[in-house]
Amino acid sequence: MERFLTAAGAVALAAAAATTAAQGPTRVVAVGGAVTEIVYALGAGERLVAVDTTSVYPEAALKLPKVGYMRTLSSEGVLAMRPQAVIAAAEAGPKSAIAQIELTGVPVTTVPSDHNLDTVRVRVRKVAATLGLPGRGEELEKRIAAQWTDAERAVASYATRPRVLFLLAHTGNSALVAGEDTAADAMIRYAGATNAFAGVNGYKPLTAEAAIAAAPDIVLITTEGLETIGGADRLWSRPGLALTPAGKAKRVVAFDALYLLGFGPRMPQAVKDLAARLHGAT
Amino acid sequence: MSGLAARSEDLRVQSRRPLPARGRVPARWALSFLVALLGVVVLAAVASGAFQIRPGEAILILAHQVGLASADGFAAQQEAVLMSIRLPRVALGILVGAGLGIAGAAMQALFRNPLADPTLIGVSGGAALAAAAVIVMGVVWIPGLSRSLGPATLPIAAFAGGLVAATLVYRIATYAGRTSIAVLLLAGIAINALVEAGIGVFTYVANDEQLRNLAFWRLGSVGGASWTILAFVAPAIGAAMVVLWRLAAPFDALALGESEARHLGIDVQRLKAVALVAAALAVGAAVAVSGMIFFVGLLAPHVVRLACGPAHRVVLPGAMLLGAALVVAADTVGRTSVAPAELPLGVFTAFIGAPFFVALLLRERRAWVL
Repeated sequence: MERFLTAAGAVALAAAAATTAAQGPTRVVAVGGAVTEIVYALGAGERLVAVDTTSVYPEAALKLPKVGYMRTLSSEGVLAMRPQAVIAAAEAGPKSAIAQIELTGVPVTTVPSDHNLDTVRVRVRKVAATLGLPGRGEELEKRIAAQWTDAERAVASYATRPRVLFLLAHTGNSALVAGEDTAADAMIRYAGATNAFAGVNGYKPLTAEAAIAAAPDIVLITTEGLETIGGADRLWSRPGLALTPAGKAKRVVAFDALYLLGFGPRMPQAVKDLAARLHGAT
Repeated sequence: MSGLAARSEDLRVQSRRPLPARGRVPARWALSFLVALLGVVVLAAVASGAFQIRPGEAILILAHQVGLASADGFAAQQEAVLMSIRLPRVALGILVGAGLGIAGAAMQALFRNPLADPTLIGVSGGAALAAAAVIVMGVVWIPGLSRSLGPATLPIAAFAGGLVAATLVYRIATYAGRTSIAVLLLAGIAINALVEAGIGVFTYVANDEQLRNLAFWRLGSVGGASWTILAFVAPAIGAAMVVLWRLAAPFDALALGESEARHLGIDVQRLKAVALVAAALAVGAAVAVSGMIFFVGLLAPHVVRLACGPAHRVVLPGAMLLGAALVVAADTVGRTSVAPAELPLGVFTAFIGAPFFVALLLRERRAWVL
């Protein structure tokens, strides 16, 4: 037992030595769509040896081996990719798998998963530091800051303040709406709109009466969700939705899920796009 | 419900008659075969996985642990993967499978009903409710406790929840010093319904992340295994196995009927209490560390009984060995078939077990029609 722990320690030391000697780890597993995006945005995409199934952007990430869904990682599966480092979103797990990976001497960097601009900055900084590319990280941060200023200016230019209902419809017949403390809520507010379900917390099942009472001007949905429902026409046939201002005017705005809710490097751009679509729709 | 009762009658009638000789395997052969099967499955499980370790390297690593080989024949990371991830995982699979198998055999003996499995007495349900409470409300309700127990909070809560539910079911069914098996069954169903409703409430208030954690917990996994977890679970499941194994003769007597067993000098009330406590202990510990693993407790004893007849000195250890082999095999398929990702264990025990069970039923169904 002790012997093998020493061995694990030796691996850790060797890995750490290799990391400092070269320009950061050259075999990296990224877990989480935003993490993968940041690695590519830092120009280090070729260092990725595997990603998780939530990593669907950019296109190149789709061609990499998949270590499964971020919440059901297999420690052995990740280690089989022989990574020198693992960079994971905070919700990656199970925790026991992360602990097992670290036990074998492979460092795991965890980036935060809150829903605000600062999170994007911290994520970029941590990923850049792990990859040994702090310079490129600063450049990316500056780029994001500039885009953010641009997005803020755009948002401030709109006079309207539409009420928006975000519909999460990833299962066939039951839909959830986004209340406070969700990525969708944060994006709606950043885009200068009001979340029609601001009173509730988290994702809650949509009831017809609550939908009417919330009186949304626009229904916001992911493109994947809209496909699951079967298109915009099916959306308005849902009980309740047809009787809302959004339903009467048939106003629905759809965005790619990772782009809208990922809080990756494209977040300022997403806020600007979302604002344009929301305010332009009313 | 009436189906359960009718089945119970069937079995009682059936057990009074000599069972058909066809398909019966002598006990010693059957148990030797199961030991060999478990051995093969365990070797295959240790030698396969997403991270490549050849059988020869695995042997060298193991020899190195006891000082019989140098560390030259393998990479240090292979040693770390084998010793801290794969071996504890296989060992936990053996323990959990053996515990579920023997507990299932004991429940079928106690209820004298082939449909009985450990979920009936509310252990799994109680554990699931406690787990849901910890996953969803843990940080809110018991901040101090979660902090001091850390990741052990969930298994400890699940274990306690399972025992509380089982105790409740047992207390409801026990009146004037006698436990009614029929009331035990009904109380179990009622408690399970209540527990399911409780889980529904937690599901409703859960956020996105908690919801997924809850869903995956319920699918079962032995992937979180570590030597520390084994050190806690092994004594509980081990003790339960020893206790249940020793009940073989009283269980055989009970198969004749409660009053018949009493005439044979069996303290039936004590038998019920001991069997329930031991089964709750084994299942509670198993569910606590590996989530819900379906079908093992039901399938393993049946297969052994169909092959070797109803004598419990064979069925109890047989179900234990087969349960262990089934869980380890299912886990190995789950973690290698889509490597480097992994499929949930709870899915595979049924995927492997159910078709096998149906095939066996088709072959043996003549013996069941009376």
